Amino acid sequence: MTALATAASHAATAPLVEMRDVSIAFGGIKAVDGVSIDLYPGEVVGLLGHNGAGKSTLIKILSGAYAADHGEIRVNGEPVHIASPRDAKRCGIETIYQTLALADNVDAAANIFLGREKLTAWGTLDDHAMEAEARKVMGRLNPHFRRFKEPVKALSGGQRQSVAIARAIHFDARVLIMDEPTAALGPAETQQVGELVKQLKQEGIGIFLISHDIHDVFDLADRIHVMKNGKLVGTARVSDVTKDEVLGMIILGKCPPGAVPGPGAAA
Amino acid sequence: MAEPSTTLSPASSDSSSGAPAGRRAGIGDALRALELDTRMVGMIGALAIVWIGFDILTGGAFLTPRNLWNLSVQTASVAVMATGMVLVIVTRNIDLSVGSILGFTGMVVGVLQARILPEIWGFDNPLTWVVAVAAAVAVGGAVGAAQGAVIAYLGVSSFIVTLGGLLVWRGAAWWVTTGQTVAPMDGLFKRLGGGFEGAIGAGPSWMVGLAAVLLSVATILVTRRRRAGFGFPVRPRWAEGVVILLVAAAIVGAVLVVNSYPLPAPVVRRMMEAQGLSTDGGLPFVAHGFAIPVLIAVAVGVGMTFLSRRTRFGRYVFAIGGNPEAAELSGINTKRVMVMVFGLMGALCGLSACIATARLNAATNANGTLDELYVIAAAIIGGTSMAGGVGTILGAMLGAMVMQSLQSGMVLLGVDAPMQNIVVGLVLVAAVYVDTLYRRGLK
Repeated sequence: MTALATAASHAATAPLVEMRDVSIAFGGIKAVDGVSIDLYPGEVVGLLGHNGAGKSTLIKILSGAYAADHGEIRVNGEPVHIASPRDAKRCGIETIYQTLALADNVDAAANIFLGREKLTAWGTLDDHAMEAEARKVMGRLNPHFRRFKEPVKALSGGQRQSVAIARAIHFDARVLIMDEPTAALGPAETQQVGELVKQLKQEGIGIFLISHDIHDVFDLADRIHVMKNGKLVGTARVSDVTKDEVLGMIILGKCPPGAVPGPGAAA
Repeated sequence: MAEPSTTLSPASSDSSSGAPAGRRAGIGDALRALELDTRMVGMIGALAIVWIGFDILTGGAFLTPRNLWNLSVQTASVAVMATGMVLVIVTRNIDLSVGSILGFTGMVVGVLQARILPEIWGFDNPLTWVVAVAAAVAVGGAVGAAQGAVIAYLGVSSFIVTLGGLLVWRGAAWWVTTGQTVAPMDGLFKRLGGGFEGAIGAGPSWMVGLAAVLLSVATILVTRRRRAGFGFPVRPRWAEGVVILLVAAAIVGAVLVVNSYPLPAPVVRRMMEAQGLSTDGGLPFVAHGFAIPVLIAVAVGVGMTFLSRRTRFGRYVFAIGGNPEAAELSGINTKRVMVMVFGLMGALCGLSACIATARLNAATNANGTLDELYVIAAAIIGGTSMAGGVGTILGAMLGAMVMQSLQSGMVLLGVDAPMQNIVVGLVLVAAVYVDTLYRRGLK
């Protein structure tokens, strides 16, 4: 069975990313409370939970947007300190935010290279080189895209999504965090994102997929982590649980037999 | 906008084909091929209407070399500060303290060159003006950066910090000499303010004009070659030619105007006598040429355009204005950029203080009063959006020109000062309204 084969290879290799016992509180409310999750190379791990379950917050700690109050992050088994988005990117962790986090007033290339601009020999922006690479990476994601000179606010939802994805995959990401990547997309574009996920997975990139759409996750993910009220309810291989059981985990915090219960599992 | 991804935009397909003008369907396509910024064309159109309107109303007194030369000198100080205000407003902030920083740094340079430096190396030392300008820029920059640090790191809104600054630095300007006016300024420093000593003459003006034309053409051609080298769409050849012709015509036109404004007869006679020439056979025509403050303003405009378009700093300023959260998540140190923006604004106030003090030939603690409003108005009229993320340096400088043209035209018409303020205020509101309509039309 493939699941067993993957499990065996997991035992041999260190996780690509491991978050151990991570907590963060905002004004006394524990948004994330002692959560441990992991991700292996070439694996898609779904992070599920209701709105306010803490999944976006947890992922923002990994992407450097928030600093955890407590806990440890390891990349390839090495403890790393992630205090800013720049640190996360240095570790090869790229994020596609739910809001896309695009600067609406500048063009696609400027967004893709934001914070990592290509410079000419004189230290000025090399817009032409950036546009050339943007055309290449966008050609892979959205072959019809031509509007390289327009600010991204003029683009359609799917095109904006492509720009955000292009920014994440262009810099040799090893870990990709996708926060609700298909929330703003139509069916055709959703399918396109799904194919991209499979392609990136084959390249050995580890992907955290955050979603509240359980069908999406079952289609794409190998494993799931479920969160409720800031705590980890449990972890399961998608092949070991049913959608109904996972819904039970999300809504009731009830851990089915096929899953490994976490600290947040209902007794 | 439903399916834009599947269609080639007409502009890109047209311009890559490079078809001759005669093949074009209409004038709309031709204009699109030129890739002119419609907003900028609108600004220039508005300025042309103001100029021609005043010229008709004043019976031809407005569009004279003399008036246009004076107009350019009067615009310089506000135009320099407006370039910095663009970046401040683009980052969704405001700086209300620029007039007071100008007043304060003006007093500092006044005291420095009229009282402190003469004690060290006497009057009329050729280095005095250099030290004075450097000090003005440094003091202004430090004041601006300090305000920026409070805004960025302590999280006090820029409106409040600079409103405080408006009072603080105006008060500080008074304290420098406890209210005394300092005069006169150093002889060389005085040239920064214009006047006939502060004009460079006809020959050098032509050289400046020629250099500007060559630089513009080189920039346009190098950009074109780079784009073509990457296989990107470029303007058709005829359109590139038209753009180059327009730019060159504007520069040559400016040189012709400043070179047809003669120095007054007594000045020419004195100059000739100083050189031991006879003044019996009538006086020759000696032109003003470009005024030094105008050249400073143009240089600042070019430098600031370069900074905003071609450097990381500029890119970050616009990204922060477009989406501060996205900029932060991209790993940009947004706080440091904010400090730099306000520091730059302060440094430009220092430079403007030199121009204003030199022009007045005196440092007074009231110098620059209300300038913050003219500077902000210039930036806004020039198309800078209060919502942030949008604005151009050239637009703000044109905005400063529009404001000064209105005032200068009304002076020529004999309109009272209170009425002038009413008109300028109404024009500001109307300009922003038109801009709002334009933006809505885009969506």
